[in-house]
Amino acid sequence: MSSPSPLPSLFVVGANHHTTPLELREKLALTAEKLATFQHLAAQIEGMKELAVLNTCNRVEFYGVAGSSHAIERLQAEFCRLSGMPEADFAEIRKLAGGKDAIIHLLSVACGLESQMLGENEIFGQVKDAYEAAQKRQSVGPVLNRVFQKAFQGAKHVRTNTAVNAGQVSVANVAVELALSIFGNLRATRVLLLGAGDIGEKTAKAFQSRGAGSLTVASRTLTRAMELATEFGAVALPFEQMAQRLHEFDVVVCSTAAPHAVVTQSAAETALRRRPSQPLFFIDLALPRDVEPAVAGLENAFVYNLDDLAKIAEKARVARAAEVNKAKQIVDERAHSIWQQIASQVGASPLTTPNGAPSLHQPTS
Amino acid sequence: MSLSNDRFWLWCAGACYFAGLVLGTVAVLRERKHSRGLMYLIVVAGYILQTTGLYLRGLEVKGCPIGNQFEIFQFTGWSATTLYLVIGATFRLSLLGYFTSMLSAALALVSLSMPAWDATHRVSIFGGNAWIEFHAALALFSYGVFALLALTSILFLLRHFSLKNKKLDGAFAFLPPIVDLDHISFRLLVAGVVLLAASLGVGSVWWLRDVETVPMTKIVVTAGIWVAYAVALGLRQRGILLAKRLAWVCVALFGAALLSLSTISSHKAALPASHALHPSP
Repeated sequence: MSSPSPLPSLFVVGANHHTTPLELREKLALTAEKLATFQHLAAQIEGMKELAVLNTCNRVEFYGVAGSSHAIERLQAEFCRLSGMPEADFAEIRKLAGGKDAIIHLLSVACGLESQMLGENEIFGQVKDAYEAAQKRQSVGPVLNRVFQKAFQGAKHVRTNTAVNAGQVSVANVAVELALSIFGNLRATRVLLLGAGDIGEKTAKAFQSRGAGSLTVASRTLTRAMELATEFGAVALPFEQMAQRLHEFDVVVCSTAAPHAVVTQSAAETALRRRPSQPLFFIDLALPRDVEPAVAGLENAFVYNLDDLAKIAEKARVARAAEVNKAKQIVDERAHSIWQQIASQVGASPLTTPNGAPSLHQPTS
Repeated sequence: MSLSNDRFWLWCAGACYFAGLVLGTVAVLRERKHSRGLMYLIVVAGYILQTTGLYLRGLEVKGCPIGNQFEIFQFTGWSATTLYLVIGATFRLSLLGYFTSMLSAALALVSLSMPAWDATHRVSIFGGNAWIEFHAALALFSYGVFALLALTSILFLLRHFSLKNKKLDGAFAFLPPIVDLDHISFRLLVAGVVLLAASLGVGSVWWLRDVETVPMTKIVVTAGIWVAYAVALGLRQRGILLAKRLAWVCVALFGAALLSLSTISSHKAALPASHALHPSP
């Protein structure tokens, strides 16, 4: 049972990829409609003073300030009811923390330390969006305002002063990053997707999401090319025309299942002659390779195959992992500082869990 | 050294550029990006100090301070920095500030540490003719452009090497995109060729009036430098000299241009006699 507390408590409760398998995360994910309903219900919980909802593909987390543990229990109960999950099951997988630990968790999430792909950048924007949405709904107050704003500063500090988010760790993003090192920006970059391999599609999507100028799809079967083109909002190109029109593209993503190279040295040479001052970037994701090895020796041609990209991604992963301890140390220091700033506003209330577990947190200062 | 001594200001400018060089080198060695804003600020500070020094020198010699080897090196470095301040702010090329600091520090500090280069100064070498002075200043300014072109070419070669050899971490990660470097190098090449052509045009008008005043070697060397750059530009436009080869040519041509500076600063004895500005102790 909860006990009365003179001061409200800062908490985080939710589920994320560390403890929750994909099938359950799918169940717990809040659609726009469910989220609106949940927020409406949460607003009616007595004692729930502040609340922000972070809802991404890998986590659903509620950051809040509650006047009693009962309010937190009600919040969990409403969420479980809406998701169709028994509360006891949720208690098995949930992340529950309070006080300084909640701040540490928020900071760790914001700087990518809690992400499935260590150090990824998107999460920072997602946390910001969650906070802004809460601000719009006026569901955040003096405590969460301070905690979130300071957490953003802390996360930026971690990203600036450690290499925890350095480089790219996925093959598709490495390819896009390489294209940026060649072309500067992708607004005017024309991308040709050769073949319909899964990894090729992912890479093409990555180019599209980073604002590539145009995307053209060529597959050995025109029907498949047209299907893909429709899916991507791209243009289909008959495969036979690929060699003659190679010069029209800046980036060629190859992922065919052809048993031999489809981009020959002579085709690449001809294309480069027709675009003399413009480089041509080949991303060869096929096995066996789609681009003849001799193409790499041509002036202004840059060829990267699957192994090259994987090596770069692996190096980045290792570099990021090596920075984790340093990042965690900064997170601890920042969290301690934030906790000291809000300690007079939130107290060390002995929050209990629905199954009667002992208190969630004890303030450390 | 008093505040009215131009060399004092030029030493301070050299120290500023050197600070930029140290900042950039430390960042590169630590495999961290240096603050582009801070680097820009350091170069701006160096530039203001160098401008002050050159201004004081200009007042002293009553003209553009390009009368001896020391002044020519200082003026060339100043021209390259001027362009960096424009290009750096517009294109935000990473590492260009570092390389500019390196070049300006080298030109400033080497020239300052060679007292012989500044032991004598020819006064009124332009015979009071503002057009000839303009011609000389424009020519040296174009050398500044070529200096910056050499820097962007070096950056291009480094980026090209990193992409071809798949070395993308460490300091290579901070190099600017290869297409941006190519575009800027092309613009600098055009600007340098046009400025030197204009300078030669102005100079030739006065030279034709009195062919005895300029040594033939100076004319051949200067025209040769211009022709070499113009040919490189023409070949680039025709798609013959591109990318890595063009970058190597630009670096080599700037080396040749630097070596030719002593020839270019030569003048025939028809002009007034030299006198010492800062006699060596």
